[in-house]
Amino acid sequence: MKILKLAVKNAGRHKLRTGLTIVGLAVAVMAFGLIRTVIDAWYAGAEASAPDRLVSRNAVNIIFPLPLSYKEQIAKVPGVEKITYAHWMGAYYVDPKQFFANFAVDHNTFLDLFPENILDSASLAKFKAERTAAICGQILADRFGWKVGDRVRLIGTIYAGNWDLTLVGIYKGRDKTTDESAFFMRWDYLDENLRATVSSRAGYVGWYTFKISNPNDAARISAVVDSMFKNSLAETLTETERAFQLSFVAMSGTIIKSLQIVSYLIIGIILLVLTNTMAMAARERISEYAVMKTLGFRPKHLIGLITGESLFIGIFGGILGMLLVFPMAGGFGEAMKYFFPVFGVKPQTLLLAGIFSLAVGLLASIFPVVRAVRISIVDGLRKVG
Amino acid sequence: MKIPLYYNYRNLLARKLTTAFTVGGIALVVFVFCAVLMLTAGLKKTLVATGSDDNAIIIRKASQNELSSYITRDQIPIIESQPEIALGEDGKPMSAGELYVLISLKKSKTGDAGNVVVRGVGPASIKLRSKVKLIAGRMFTEGLPEVIMGKSTAERFEGAELGGSLRFASQNWRVVGIFEANRSGFESEVWGDINQMLGSFNRPVFSSMTVKLVDPKKFQEFKKRLESDPRLSVDVKREKEYYADQSYAMSTFISILGMVISVIFSFGAIIGAMITMYATVSNRSSEIGTLRALGFRRRSILSSFLVESTMLSLIGGLLGILVASILTQVTISTTNWDTFSELAFGFAVTPEIVGYSLVFALVMGVVGGFLPSVRAARMNILAALRAE
Repeated sequence: MKILKLAVKNAGRHKLRTGLTIVGLAVAVMAFGLIRTVIDAWYAGAEASAPDRLVSRNAVNIIFPLPLSYKEQIAKVPGVEKITYAHWMGAYYVDPKQFFANFAVDHNTFLDLFPENILDSASLAKFKAERTAAICGQILADRFGWKVGDRVRLIGTIYAGNWDLTLVGIYKGRDKTTDESAFFMRWDYLDENLRATVSSRAGYVGWYTFKISNPNDAARISAVVDSMFKNSLAETLTETERAFQLSFVAMSGTIIKSLQIVSYLIIGIILLVLTNTMAMAARERISEYAVMKTLGFRPKHLIGLITGESLFIGIFGGILGMLLVFPMAGGFGEAMKYFFPVFGVKPQTLLLAGIFSLAVGLLASIFPVVRAVRISIVDGLRKVG
Repeated sequence: MKIPLYYNYRNLLARKLTTAFTVGGIALVVFVFCAVLMLTAGLKKTLVATGSDDNAIIIRKASQNELSSYITRDQIPIIESQPEIALGEDGKPMSAGELYVLISLKKSKTGDAGNVVVRGVGPASIKLRSKVKLIAGRMFTEGLPEVIMGKSTAERFEGAELGGSLRFASQNWRVVGIFEANRSGFESEVWGDINQMLGSFNRPVFSSMTVKLVDPKKFQEFKKRLESDPRLSVDVKREKEYYADQSYAMSTFISILGMVISVIFSFGAIIGAMITMYATVSNRSSEIGTLRALGFRRRSILSSFLVESTMLSLIGGLLGILVASILTQVTISTTNWDTFSELAFGFAVTPEIVGYSLVFALVMGVVGGFLPSVRAARMNILAALRAE
């Protein structure tokens, strides 16, 4: 216990150096937390997915559509409760570089399948009544300054032309993980237009989402659905909503991996900074250690002394960094909210940051400890600054 | 009078361990900084290399890219009859209507699915892309379900190697050749016969059209005429600009994130340099006192310590750049968000990047060394000499 007290006192001997080291550690731990949060944000879509929802899409690639006729066939499969479908619109509003997700959905069934999007009943009634109606999430409405009742013109990329729509409602997310930045128009409006312009593209949907009564049947039902359309012009690939979302995450796999590497490099930098501080302290105190040895202190005491100080700095900096993660992630999340609609620090991130702070504290003391323990009393006493 | 550089050099050598840690920290930061810049440069280089100066690409109005674009068969002759289009040896216009679709292939390393571009090409397509060269196998035969693979795709995906077979559009396609295209985006594509592909994908229309211009300076006229033609409703872009635009989202993302990370990292490295320099100053109190007593001025002391921290950062910076330059041997492959398809690109070093990285390192050294140097310069001679 006394050794520990001495260790803390030692940390206070060079206030400036200890202070700087703690600040460096705090910044690094904060950066680590921020990067892990960015990585987690990628998986938000997969996290928000329900285990009892399956998605069927064209097996060749998601860019190829499926015929609308599949709907009845899939709905008949035992275990399938409800089904809906959607199309990726890929349209933009005023500026093509201002990306946001926009879909054409089946107005009758869409919200039954995705109850996490909460829309008041009056807006829903309007969405079902008006062919040109559209709804969007709160974040998107704020971004473009839309209010309920506004006329919104989307400019089509995949489906040419101007899509003049009326915003009839703004949905809110039920859970923290719900994406509030998407835009939904009606599929029948899209289809009616296509029928008149490019009739060969009418009657298709991008993918089907359906709810199954028992999540354990997911694999079996997927196989049944896919086998129904085997060797047809549009073969399907059916998987859980989570796997479907993860396949999009996997596309950015390289980016995510490099972020992970960077987050570990940060730990490397903290380790260097703290080791440097501890090495310096130990070098200055070599003669002290020699004196302590002469007085009969054992190596374990020296280990306690040096490791204690290192751990003290590590923990202190770590805690400070963890506290800093929250305002930093808040600011970053706000700045990138169109890119990452769901952004929040997870408890696991803090846990990991804590573990790394401790580990860095321990590792940084190894070198000075070895030096202090090894040095002979005579050499230690002879050593000058 | 200036204190000799040799003094600083000996000092850095005398404290090998501390010097090594500080240099290591700075090197790590410069490495990350440099790598981010190199990645952005590599992405742009790959996409810019994909386009050619005298080619123009025609896509449907407002479609943004080939994937959502289509050009109908009756539009082709209208475009081909423009006088700005160069004629080939056979007297036909150098133009190619192409099909552009995505298929999902499994990556051989991770098993994840990647979106790969399949391009249906005509006889003129190869002539339009002079960089494309077969490096193995042979050209696909017209009318047969055969494809040739871009080098990057062949290396990364299951069944994409020479002699392999891919299943898409209800058919099996044999891989009969591998091509190289000067490290451009085409190396991430799969090419096959346009007519065969239109049939298999059940597509009545082309995706885009690429033409070679007689004189690239005439581009504006060409563009104006086609875009205002009521029969067409198209956008005309220089091929080079069209591909360069596709780096927008990804390079913005990499740059912003990379800069944020670099700034945070540099904070750590500056603190590391500061700690080292403060320790150097306090360890050498009596030396500083001696120097002052010998007649060296305060500003000489200040500059000497600044030079020392700059030396530290310079060594760190060079080391960081050196390690980062190894990355030029690495090719990474990821989905380009602008095109939704897999693109392989490398890290590219440019003289500017080396310059920026060195400046970045020097700034870290100067900022980290400034306060400690001021402390050294302000030391009182007597107090400094008296220090142990």
